[in-house]
Amino acid sequence: MSDGMSVAATATHVEHVGHEKLGFVRTYIFSTDHKMIARQFLFFGLFMMILGGLMALMIRWELAWPETQVPGTRWIPEPFMTDGYMNPSFYNQLFTMHATIMVFFVVMPILVGCFGNFLIPLMIGARDMAFPVLNMLSFWVGAVSGVVMLAGFFVPGGHAAGGWTSYAPLTAVTQYTGVNWGQNLWCISLIILGISSLMGSINYITTIVNMRAPGMTFFRMPLVIWSLFIVAILLLLALPVLTSALAMLLLDRMAGTSFFLPAGGGEPLLWQHLFWFFGHPEVYILILPAMGIGSDILAVFARKPIFGYRAMAFSMIGIAFLSWIVWGHHMFQSGMNPALGTGFMISTMVIAVPSAIKTFNWLGTLWGGSIRFTTPMLNALAFVSMFVIGGLSGIYMASTPVDIFIHDTYYIVAHIHYVVFGGSVFGIFAAIYYWFPKMFGRMMNETLGKIHFWPTFIAFNCTFFPMHILGIGGHMRRIYNPMQYEFLRPLQPVNVFITVSAIALGLAQIPFVINFFWSLFAGKKAERNPWKANTLEWAAPSPPPHGNFEAIPVVYRGPYEYSSPEVTEDYLPQDRQLARRHAVAAH
Amino acid sequence: MMSWLPENVSTYGNDIDRLFYLIYYITGATFFLVAVTMVAFLILYRHREGRPARYTHGNTTLEIIWTIVPAVILVVLSFMSQATWGHIKGHMPPADVHVQVTAKQFNWEVTYPGPDGKLGTKDDLEMENEVHVPVNKVILVHLKSKDVIHSFFLPNFRLKQDAVPGREIQAWFQATKPGRYELPCAELCGFGHSGMRGWVYVHPADEYDKWVKEHWPSA
Repeated sequence: MSDGMSVAATATHVEHVGHEKLGFVRTYIFSTDHKMIARQFLFFGLFMMILGGLMALMIRWELAWPETQVPGTRWIPEPFMTDGYMNPSFYNQLFTMHATIMVFFVVMPILVGCFGNFLIPLMIGARDMAFPVLNMLSFWVGAVSGVVMLAGFFVPGGHAAGGWTSYAPLTAVTQYTGVNWGQNLWCISLIILGISSLMGSINYITTIVNMRAPGMTFFRMPLVIWSLFIVAILLLLALPVLTSALAMLLLDRMAGTSFFLPAGGGEPLLWQHLFWFFGHPEVYILILPAMGIGSDILAVFARKPIFGYRAMAFSMIGIAFLSWIVWGHHMFQSGMNPALGTGFMISTMVIAVPSAIKTFNWLGTLWGGSIRFTTPMLNALAFVSMFVIGGLSGIYMASTPVDIFIHDTYYIVAHIHYVVFGGSVFGIFAAIYYWFPKMFGRMMNETLGKIHFWPTFIAFNCTFFPMHILGIGGHMRRIYNPMQYEFLRPLQPVNVFITVSAIALGLAQIPFVINFFWSLFAGKKAERNPWKANTLEWAAPSPPPHGNFEAIPVVYRGPYEYSSPEVTEDYLPQDRQLARRHAVAAH
Repeated sequence: MMSWLPENVSTYGNDIDRLFYLIYYITGATFFLVAVTMVAFLILYRHREGRPARYTHGNTTLEIIWTIVPAVILVVLSFMSQATWGHIKGHMPPADVHVQVTAKQFNWEVTYPGPDGKLGTKDDLEMENEVHVPVNKVILVHLKSKDVIHSFFLPNFRLKQDAVPGREIQAWFQATKPGRYELPCAELCGFGHSGMRGWVYVHPADEYDKWVKEHWPSA
């Protein structure tokens, strides 16, 4: 039945392939083409990544050499900096905004906004998204949200300074932080962003359910599409919870309600329950697409079918279900009933199992392969190995007694960066190197790619691994001067080492920027299928025109038929029709 | 790496450290196995002309094994953790000494009940950022907050407990060694969060008696 529907749905889209010539505005700015919207999300996310990264470096400078002049910042006025010396409240604004930007305006726009948009229609064999105008609105509403978020730096009192988790009552009353409109704009921006994500997720779900090409059953979808499908469902269900919490916080701040204020009968822990009920699925929203991307790239460059395709899909579905019942592990020390802590510990231990399954299947995919060490592959391998560290370090926090000690220390900071940088950001780099030829019609430079990868991989580990040591030493998060504490002074050389590595990590991104822009204009022209991959996007021209395919492809098999004995080449595209007896044998 | 842990001076600190070490060994071994396997595969199965990749879609037996083994390890770990968790946070043991700690931006207000052992009476004594307790006794902390959420963190005692406005939360510890130990706030509480810090003074029995006499001469 769904095949019939998808044919009908695509038929309505065929007509707008006809009127090609759109003006500049409709082509590049208010475009309804999913590929242009994807590029917009990519540029938006990369721009924000630079801002978020610079903030991280300022934070690191302060931690290594507390209360000294931060180089190159004398232009930043009061009340943020005084002649290059950072004020404590600005430090709080910096780590709040670093995390807010990286989570909501870098990883989500790039992994979900850019690659969701680019890959879903191309990989399921559709001409565009189900709702192209909604898709355009999703980007522009997201852009408005970004502008509102950045505007927070320009209002009196400065930006939100309560951490990206924004725990009430610190954030619910202006006097507690001295921040007024900064915090309000933070709430408003994320409410707007919620609308943008909602529009995107409805579009993704509708498109995947209804517009798959003939023969593209659910279990012939590439794992990256599975991951984006699951993420869209998580977004649809999780964001309304955040939006409600933000609305309540805004009402507490502006309308005199007391949802989170005990003086008026409110409950501070309510914020934490609502925030983490959204926040834990959110963590998987950040990592699942990278898991899908990693799986696809591993199979392509190992020239092997993915090991345990169904186990991979089901483990992602398992993560999606379990992600709703683990939020309490952020709250073990919050004063929540300790008996609840026990329940959340068990569910948290259980959610580690699907991640373990995925890791072993990635290893299984490498086993017996014919591995090509291209730049996308190196980044995908980095994703797998760094995600392993991030996953394993999570077990420490899952154990409630160990969490008593490491909660709110740098151990948590190390963990989240291994998952979100080591996992999601290496996933982003892998995806950019891999799909750049399809997206822009030109190849990225492999040598520059490797000059980017190796320093990044090494500097990343030098930056974030020692944070485990800080955590074990008891170093608290979100403090502006560790030298104020006697027990932290012996750890200061570790802080200095981390900061030097972080600066190196920042510098290591320069080859990427050069490679990206140079390849955009002067890279080698990409052929249709430069990586000799099986999935449908490589059946379209590079870059695909409006409408994507000359003719809607018909799908005959799963996405990972590499080194199949049926053909002499080591790949067998999903849409290639073999002689009839072969086609039967393939199933 | 674990040698970076601050010195432990509480009765239950060893239980936490033992679990910490156990998880360290389990995850360390797992990481080592995964890393060695991965590197070995990357070397063994690097692209070589004329050597095709193995065409296989997986193995159900392996899937079952690597689902069940981690699941069993993790569930066992949960049960081992539960005993220690229940001991520390589950129910409070009978207290020898009561102390009320009220957090506010950016200080710890410490209230001692005095000779009558009751808080909220006339002989209460208040001090800022100083917790004086005897060694080898169960100390019950009545934790409150006047404004925002703070977190009562004793790195050397392996104790952390958030202080939440609007409610009293109890936490306990028992020191095993006299000394002076830092008491930082571990939850972001505003621009003065960094530097919000008190001290816990653990006194030997005689010295503690002397301290009590000094502050409550009538008793």
